[in-house]
Amino acid sequence: MTEEKTEIERSLTDDLLPSVERRKEGPYALCECHQRIPCNPCLTSCPTGAVSLDSINDTPEVDFDKCAGCKQCVSACPGLACFVIDETYSTDSALVTIPYEFLPLPEEGETVNGLDRKGNFVKEVTVKNIDSFSDNGKTKVITVIVPQEAVHQIRNIEIREENHG
Amino acid sequence: MLTTEIVVIGGGPAGMNSALAAASQGAEVTLLDRNWELGGQLVKQTHKFFGSENQFAGERGIDIAEILSERVHDNSRITVRKNSSVLGIYHDGVLTFEQDDKYKKLTSRQTVVATGAAEKFLSFTNNDLPGVYGAGAVQTLMNQQGVLPGKNVLIIGAGNIGLIVAYQLLQAGVSVEAIIEALPEIGGYEVHRDKIKRMGVPILTSHSIKKAYGEERVEGAIIGEIDSSWSFIDGTKKDFKADVICLAVGLSPLIDLLHPLGLEISYVPNLGGLAPKRDEYLETTISGYFVAGDCAGVEEASSAMMEGNIAGLSAANSIGYKKSFQEKFRNNRDELRKLREGETAKEVRAGLGEVRL
Ligand SMILES: Cc1cc2nc3c(=O)[nH]c(=O)nc-3n(C[C@H](O)[C@H](O)[C@H](O)COP(=O)(O)OP(=O)(O)OC[C@H]3O[C@@H](n4cnc5c(N)ncnc54)[C@H](O)[C@@H]3O)c2cc1C
Ligand code: SF4
Ligand code: SF4
Repeated sequence: MTEEKTEIERSLTDDLLPSVERRKEGPYALCECHQRIPCNPCLTSCPTGAVSLDSINDTPEVDFDKCAGCKQCVSACPGLACFVIDETYSTDSALVTIPYEFLPLPEEGETVNGLDRKGNFVKEVTVKNIDSFSDNGKTKVITVIVPQEAVHQIRNIEIREENHG
Repeated sequence: MLTTEIVVIGGGPAGMNSALAAASQGAEVTLLDRNWELGGQLVKQTHKFFGSENQFAGERGIDIAEILSERVHDNSRITVRKNSSVLGIYHDGVLTFEQDDKYKKLTSRQTVVATGAAEKFLSFTNNDLPGVYGAGAVQTLMNQQGVLPGKNVLIIGAGNIGLIVAYQLLQAGVSVEAIIEALPEIGGYEVHRDKIKRMGVPILTSHSIKKAYGEERVEGAIIGEIDSSWSFIDGTKKDFKADVICLAVGLSPLIDLLHPLGLEISYVPNLGGLAPKRDEYLETTISGYFVAGDCAGVEEASSAMMEGNIAGLSAANSIGYKKSFQEKFRNNRDELRKLREGETAKEVRAGLGEVRL
């Protein structure tokens, strides 16, 4: 956990996050996609028009005033690069929503390992709910309850074997 | 002797779109593919694709293959011949192919070649040991036939293919020991890299494989760091235990069928190797022979589909099916340009400059 911050983590704290006030208002999406590639499902899937991307090769920008935190982009993004963060869950804990394409699936309420962007173990976290949207539900959209201080660190989960003998 | 107006060789995204575009203009088309199902590379791609809605962005490769092949099968102007390997094209315009162990001949007025690309191999000591696979073979085994290639895999090459195959192996429950890449930077998309990293797989850049070892089959590999002249740096040797070494070191256009006709080609590393020269309608230097997709230069399924449209429309146009040709051509050309605008397509753009007539 003491490892040096990745490029994304560093830039996140600087300019990619919504304003402090917005972060206290409710869930918002983060598209961790900073390379110009020909792709736009984050834009086409967003029901509120929060994502802008002028030409197909642009990197996406989220208008946090329009973003409703609905998680559609998390399910649609082929790069699995969209996440929804909700820092208003409680004083100590926040919610992180991630795309997940592995079996077995955890169950709601189950304890799983929260991993950072490099796959390092951060903390045990609890699965709050599992949604599926487009794509015949093949990409599951999993929301986990994480400690507030790990909200910009946890971006993946791992099943604990003891729960799935 | 069989006859058709337009023959399309290869039923990947480029070939299927060529056939659909030509048929939509009114032409009679025959589509030949050596595989038992249409789709080309797409039938092995279980991940979601990039691109825009016109190229089915966000859909999985396998699902795109199904959508397109259904459209092809439902089209009464298209005759599909699967299990049909094209063997040769002769100067008198006769094409020969083998279908279900029978040798057959076909003539056509126009030909679209959409045969895709072939995997490159890598030379290192013991690369002939069982357990050394190309990425395509790993995908065929795992995703088409449901057979795991092994338990612990070392992947050579961190382009999109290496990164995606790593992800698919992890999904299948196989352990990926590492991905090594000779260049100082990974070649694949950052988002693909990041999803592998989140799974804890190490990606070692400026590393190459020295040798594989094992008695009867692969048991491991010796890898090391390389300098800018691709020489191994002393003291950087690492030993990785693995029962599979998966090579994902690039593809080269497959246009062997056209060589005997004497078409003009050019060696363009940015397009994967020997690439055919062609005009903006994708017609080669041999009149009546068009190319589309990876066989014209290794790219993406999204661009292969757009090129397929252009080649199919143009082939139909040359034999009198001219319905709004210019407008349709321009739409596809413009969309293709947009796809290629990004920084990840820089090399492709440079390469295309060398083969455009
Ligand atoms: C691991 C991997 C991941 C990829 N991910 C993406 C992605 O996310 N997004 C994307 O846009 N692209 C992706 N691609 C690239 C994409 O799959 C290819 O660019 C695309 O399939 C090329 O289409 P094509 O029709 O030109 O060739 P192919 O799909 O290769 O089709 C060629 C067809 O021709 C047939 N054929 C060849 N020779 C003969 C012959 N002599 N006779 C008869 N038939 C013949 C073959 O059987 C095959 O069906 C990926 C590729 C790989 C390998
Ligand atoms: S979370 Fe919903 S509203 Fe916000 S950007 Fe994603 S799709 Fe749009
Ligand atoms: S859909 Fe995902 S990968 Fe594609 S541009 Fe949007 S954030 Fe990036």
